[in-house]
Amino acid sequence: MSANGKPKFAMYWAAGCGGCEIAVLNIHEKILDVDANFEVVFWPVAMDAKYQDVEAMPDGSITLTLFDGGIRNSENEMLARLLRRKSQILVAFGSCACQGGIPGLANLSAPESLFAAVYDGVSTDSQGVRPQAVWQVPEGELHIPEFYPILKTLAQVVPVDYFMPGCPPEPHQIAAVVDLVIQALHGQAELPPPGSIIGAGYSTVCDECKRARNVKHIRAFERIQNLDHIDPALCLLEQGLPCNGPATRSGCGALCPQAGAPCIGCYGSAEGVLDYGARLLSAFASVIDGNTPEEIERCLDGIPDPAGQVYRFSLANSLLRGGKTACDDEEAEQELIHEAAYHD
Amino acid sequence: MSDSFEPILIGFTCNWCSYRAADLAGTARVKYPPNIRLLRLMCSGRLDPTFVLKALASGADGVLITGCHPGECHYLEQNYKALRRYLLLRRMLAQMGIEPERVKLVWASAAEGVKLAQEITDMVEEIRALGPLNWPQRHNGAAPHADEKAVKEGTA
Repeated sequence: MSANGKPKFAMYWAAGCGGCEIAVLNIHEKILDVDANFEVVFWPVAMDAKYQDVEAMPDGSITLTLFDGGIRNSENEMLARLLRRKSQILVAFGSCACQGGIPGLANLSAPESLFAAVYDGVSTDSQGVRPQAVWQVPEGELHIPEFYPILKTLAQVVPVDYFMPGCPPEPHQIAAVVDLVIQALHGQAELPPPGSIIGAGYSTVCDECKRARNVKHIRAFERIQNLDHIDPALCLLEQGLPCNGPATRSGCGALCPQAGAPCIGCYGSAEGVLDYGARLLSAFASVIDGNTPEEIERCLDGIPDPAGQVYRFSLANSLLRGGKTACDDEEAEQELIHEAAYHD
Repeated sequence: MSDSFEPILIGFTCNWCSYRAADLAGTARVKYPPNIRLLRLMCSGRLDPTFVLKALASGADGVLITGCHPGECHYLEQNYKALRRYLLLRRMLAQMGIEPERVKLVWASAAEGVKLAQEITDMVEEIRALGPLNWPQRHNGAAPHADEKAVKEGTA
């Protein structure tokens, strides 16, 4: 407890887009409840704070920490360990912290090819420049965070109390979790067991989707821009759109499919699913209407990037965690295989 | 690659065909290398791609999936589902940089003990030539956190 008697709150933005930070403000007037019930001690987006301030706090003195983003470099990891030590409740907040998210897709490539894309590809004035963790200047030695070979989820680095998926988590789910924590602090409610997934459902997005579902026979997978007409009442997968609903955890209210866009899987794997991509891949392949390898391959051509489709938000949390190249030295040879898969 | 590398293969067999083919190879004293660990499923259609990924992530150098010939599935058409999943999985594994030789699908009826033994022998030699996959060392081993726990505790 702080001097004013309020429990302490912290939020940190690691390797992610920062949308989760905005999502917290998107709970509208509920943010006043957060302010009324918590003292914000560390939230770099919202207020000035130094890492030393956090280091000076007694261990376990922060009641609730929301950690968004994955662990991409040594700074992310340092903060994850520091906030774990200082926090009673550490929440992996959003898809990146829970499953790696979009930045986790970089696990398909080795760091050097990522650097080449960023420093040699887009920019015209930094050809050949690479970030150096240590650099000598006349004034002394400069340090920047070390870039890791692969992105890890928060739970792959430190123990996590709760997981709150979503890209970003939906406002009504955040508000419900805030309410629950406040009630628990006042002894009016009990927190779920550590390791629980909070602010989400237990079923799949399909279960929340109002579109009609029949027996599926897919003759061709299509990209949404290639369809002339989308039936507003029929399952998108049945219309040939790769919709990630069958493997994705419920909790969003099936927002995307309701709006006519396929689910992209930001809430991560449904209850009990060990590997999200494998489950989704299974769901897609099983409904293909074709029995010969030629028919099936023709249908699969409609999914040009299978790994990106089935692991869009969860590659870093998958069984394989990433591609072979991510940690390989003989990268060039592997890149060829990678390329071949794209251009088949 | 050193000569001492002995690849570890995981083989998934169907109760109604390939498992019996392996049995037949045994009773007929047809030899095949001991590098493969055979697991019996009721049908190749039971093969969740998760099994393949888990085998590779846990240190297997290759995975052999076997099932009944097309049209001969004990459960009518589940081997076609296995084929579709395999073909999509193969595309995805290629993106991951995993050589296509490491995961194979082979049809083997209960009478094809010799054929199955030959397929296993060929695959072991192909993977021996490729070298170890070493996935656990590559990505620090550990499996995903939250859902692994759920599956272990039977809440799945």
